[in-house]
Amino acid sequence: MTSPAKLEITTPSELEIAMTRVFDAPRALVFDAFTMPELVQRWLLGPDGWTMPVCEIDLRVGGRYRYVWRRERDGSEMTMTGVYREVAPPERVVSTERFDDPWYEGEAVVTLFLAERDRTTTVTQTMLFESRETRDAVLASGMESGVERSYERLDEVLAAQAATARR
Amino acid sequence: MELSGYGAAAPERLDATFAALANPTRRAILARLAEGEASVLELAEPFAMSQPAISKHLKVLERAGLISRGRDAQRRPCRLEAGRLAEATEWLVGYRRFWEQQFGRLDALLEELKATPKTKPHPPRARGDDR
Repeated sequence: MTSPAKLEITTPSELEIAMTRVFDAPRALVFDAFTMPELVQRWLLGPDGWTMPVCEIDLRVGGRYRYVWRRERDGSEMTMTGVYREVAPPERVVSTERFDDPWYEGEAVVTLFLAERDRTTTVTQTMLFESRETRDAVLASGMESGVERSYERLDEVLAAQAATARR
Repeated sequence: MELSGYGAAAPERLDATFAALANPTRRAILARLAEGEASVLELAEPFAMSQPAISKHLKVLERAGLISRGRDAQRRPCRLEAGRLAEATEWLVGYRRFWEQQFGRLDALLEELKATPKTKPHPPRARGDDR
């Protein structure tokens, strides 16, 4: 692709976060990349230094999935599991999402929607949370100004630290 | 699905870290400590604040693991604990940043898949809706 596609993040309702992104590939391919374990494991790796050693997907209504991420440095792990509620390839998948070591309250319901146009695919992922507080907390985990600014501050602090160390 | 705040560190520890960072004076203290360790007096100097007020901020930073204090009873120099900062930022890269990174990899994978049309899709029965 010539330039990175833009990721749009919106809040369609008080309980939701929606993410939209265009991919330069036909819908069937994008659907596979989101639903075949051997493909998911090649891109949904988490931050640098993490891998996804476990990716189990039983893609049918009532079927479960289980994703495990591992930090190579110290072996710490993160597990996400859920159940499929709707499976309509190559257009739509609805599933629940929950973390073993939860960083947000309860369970979210995630709708993956794929629309194809001119051999490109627009992916919309909508997360529905149990409360507005939870939704807001997820947003605050970085997307919005507060923590994002803290993060930039951290960058500055770390850069200063590195500069000092070099002196 | 969402992965931004996927705290590898214990969530309550991250809470403490980010609560500590939510204050401009404390961030300024951290920036000062990034240049090297300093005593409470030295830290209080650039701020129009009393030493006890600065000490309160230092306690918050210390509880959050962002700084440590020296043993020297007189001076108790403060130093930055950069490891905690790195830990807090590793997963808290932000919702957008996190997904941009994942999707960037997905772009590359899709390019590869397009170039190798033999990739087998799901067998139809395995992906069918049971209803």
